[in-house]
Amino acid sequence: MGSVYRARDLHFPNVIKLVAVKEMINNAPDPLVRQTIVTNFEREANILVTLNHTSIPQIYDFFSRDDRSYLVLEFIQGKDLETILSEANAPLQEERVIAWAIELCDVLSFLHAHKPEPIIFRDMKPSNVMINQQGRSILVDFGIAKNFKTGQKGTMIGTEGYSPPEQYRGEATPVADLYALGATLHHLLTNKDPRLEAPFSFSERPIRSINPRISFELEAVVNTTLQYDPADRFQSANDMKDALLSVAKKTGALSRISASPLIKDQTVKPVWTFKCEDEIRGTVAYENGKVYCGCYDNNLYALDGATGEFQWKFATNGGLVCKPIINDGLVFVGSEDKNLYAVSVRTGKQAWTFNADGPIRSSPRIAEQHIFFGSDDGYLYAVNLLSNRMTWRVDGGSPIRSSPFITKELAYSGSEFGDFFCVDFRGQIKWRFKAKRAITSSPLVEDGIVYFASLDSTFYALDAKSGWIVWRFRMGKGSVSSPVKSENQILFGSADNYIYCLETVNSKEIWKFKTDHQVSGSPTIYNNAVYCGTADGTIYCLELKTGQMRWKFETGGLITSSPLIVNNLLYIGSSDHILYALYA
Amino acid sequence: MLNSIKSFFNKNQKRPKVINVETAPLPEDQLRALTRESVQLTPPHFLVGCGQSVGRQREHNEDSLFWFNTTFANDYNDLSMGLFIVADGMGGHQYGEVASSAATKALSEHILKKLFLPVFGLSQDAPSDSLHEIMENGIKYAQNAVLTKAPGGGTTLTSALILGEQVTIGHVGDSRLYYIYPDGRMDVMTNDHSLVKRLLDLGQINEEEAKNHPNKNVLYRALGQSEPFRPDIQTTPIPRPGYIMICSDGLWGLVSDEEIFRIITSNETPSLACGQLVDAANEAGGPDNISVVLVKFI
Repeated sequence: MGSVYRARDLHFPNVIKLVAVKEMINNAPDPLVRQTIVTNFEREANILVTLNHTSIPQIYDFFSRDDRSYLVLEFIQGKDLETILSEANAPLQEERVIAWAIELCDVLSFLHAHKPEPIIFRDMKPSNVMINQQGRSILVDFGIAKNFKTGQKGTMIGTEGYSPPEQYRGEATPVADLYALGATLHHLLTNKDPRLEAPFSFSERPIRSINPRISFELEAVVNTTLQYDPADRFQSANDMKDALLSVAKKTGALSRISASPLIKDQTVKPVWTFKCEDEIRGTVAYENGKVYCGCYDNNLYALDGATGEFQWKFATNGGLVCKPIINDGLVFVGSEDKNLYAVSVRTGKQAWTFNADGPIRSSPRIAEQHIFFGSDDGYLYAVNLLSNRMTWRVDGGSPIRSSPFITKELAYSGSEFGDFFCVDFRGQIKWRFKAKRAITSSPLVEDGIVYFASLDSTFYALDAKSGWIVWRFRMGKGSVSSPVKSENQILFGSADNYIYCLETVNSKEIWKFKTDHQVSGSPTIYNNAVYCGTADGTIYCLELKTGQMRWKFETGGLITSSPLIVNNLLYIGSSDHILYALYA
Repeated sequence: MLNSIKSFFNKNQKRPKVINVETAPLPEDQLRALTRESVQLTPPHFLVGCGQSVGRQREHNEDSLFWFNTTFANDYNDLSMGLFIVADGMGGHQYGEVASSAATKALSEHILKKLFLPVFGLSQDAPSDSLHEIMENGIKYAQNAVLTKAPGGGTTLTSALILGEQVTIGHVGDSRLYYIYPDGRMDVMTNDHSLVKRLLDLGQINEEEAKNHPNKNVLYRALGQSEPFRPDIQTTPIPRPGYIMICSDGLWGLVSDEEIFRIITSNETPSLACGQLVDAANEAGGPDNISVVLVKFI
């Protein structure tokens, strides 16, 4: 549509006086329309020349020549807010934003009070606000340029983002300018560009859910300006300015009232606890009223699920970190003593063992009469449940601590050097994929996509048939957390302290929840809630839809496993040696 | 519930139009149990057809469409790939047509270079970018092509990249991509980036007002605009058995879902179906250009 030039005013040959020259191109094909555009431009330029306000650049001159019109105005040293925001690449501070907002209300109030007719700015957005070297905000691009936008027949493109809904009925009012100012503030406080979102969707992105550092009061003011119905908004720039001033006073002078969580800690009491002799790092298993729990004290425990009463224990010669699996009267568990044990669920006596070449930390899976598991010796094993012999093993290249995922005809697993591979049931590798660092997270395959996290700070979605990357999602840090899926949501934790919930089809963030520590555990979904433990020993219960916290419970150690929930009872082990049973 | 289950089996039953009734979709596992098992073609492939018409009231065709489809199979593995694009240009003069073809060519060029050659070429290097990154960069490339070749013009762009069992959809504007199942379900997989659709979603206007809204043709997202935008990109499993249909608003704005479904399922090949779809839009007045691509998965 046009350009802005930095120019030197040669009326003053002995000094350097810089001006900005805005060029507008008149490309209307009809000569009558073209003439109207020039007339409108000159009329508005005549108004602007008379304006005198510190937040409006001074107009020095205007002229038209051939198909172009020019406006000569004060050159502002500084940066516009869009640039400032993109350089910060983070929400801006509340104090700075409030100060600019008050100045902008001032200048809008000045324009709206113009006689005989109010001047509507019409195009409030971050790129039209310059911050000069004194830190003052200045409005730079008046709606005057709009005259040069030629109307088109048929489908056309409207620029959205900051404009209010009534703009599409052709209404430009003072209240519309305030809506756009509200939209601008929303963008500055959240760093979420409204042009990338559906129009008029601010209420779906509450400021404090994106940037909790912002005060309730400021959020309330911005929300008021962004009401869909103009009648529900501030009716004048002065009203909005007054509201902003009182926010500034309140948040500046009074100590901020901290937001209390929905329910206070430790109102959740365990139904029962069971103390082992060492850390519990693995997930527990449940079958037929009993829970089975492996422990670093080398024992596999069988407890009554309802009461926590001890049934039996089975001793191995190494720590147990995997989740046991039960099949046909036998419970299987891998040990750091390199053995996979099959133990009778009734008696707690050993039925048979299988010896791998390294410690077994990967949780075994059972399919097609075989038990599949990885080992620190770098192999993924398939052992026949009837013959108790190895059918095949596949070299994963480095220790396999990730638990394999088994589908109808394929097995998937990651390894500690970042290799991920897919093998068929003959033990032949179908494809390989390489992440930059370890894949300890256990993969999940659904609808032809395999999901897993890696220590390279990326969460991957690969095509399960070919291994191509469908999408990847950057986390702040690496992750060992294994994902869970519910309908179109995928959830996982990360060492950047967040529990993430993404949309499976497009990797868009639905919500993320900030915990107080690294999320080393894996989430579990039960009854529309997400349960997940962190490395400071807290177990969180969050709303599946929104990520809001329902409750949390603190154990005495760190949690590395995923909660198991059966019949409304949640079982989780902690490195404080205790197995907890809580009401979910 | 029982009736709705029955209706899935009854192919020819015309579904009555019900207004103001909220229904909950069946959960995935129930749907799977009801869906007809598909035939496994070895190696996997699919049938394609397309149709295009200037319509009855315009002088120029500003739409562009693209269809590319390939299969490779040997003893060890097999793979099919397809790329289908519909773009609806706008902006008057000759720019609409330039914009839609520039966007289509740029996107297909990018995807063939970044994906087809690495996957099907001799070197066999798996692409290092994710499918979503390839699609997003392709659409950026298309955006630049529109800005350079057709300044002032604009275009919608809706594309389906089929690779194996998954479809990656890239979308900007108000052309549409449908998943159509033999049991009668027609899912619009894309979101119209039009102002009126947004007002409708917000409940600010009703269907009737939407039809006659003065801003009916205003898009809030399209290629060719100078403001930043992000395309909608998603990956979902292919509808098998079923169809993928991509079309411009010259078709979906004029022919009812029921009629589209009837034409698609009553024709033996996608090509014949597309011909009839274009005829149906023209018979309804043909006020706009019409483009349609139909992919059938047996």
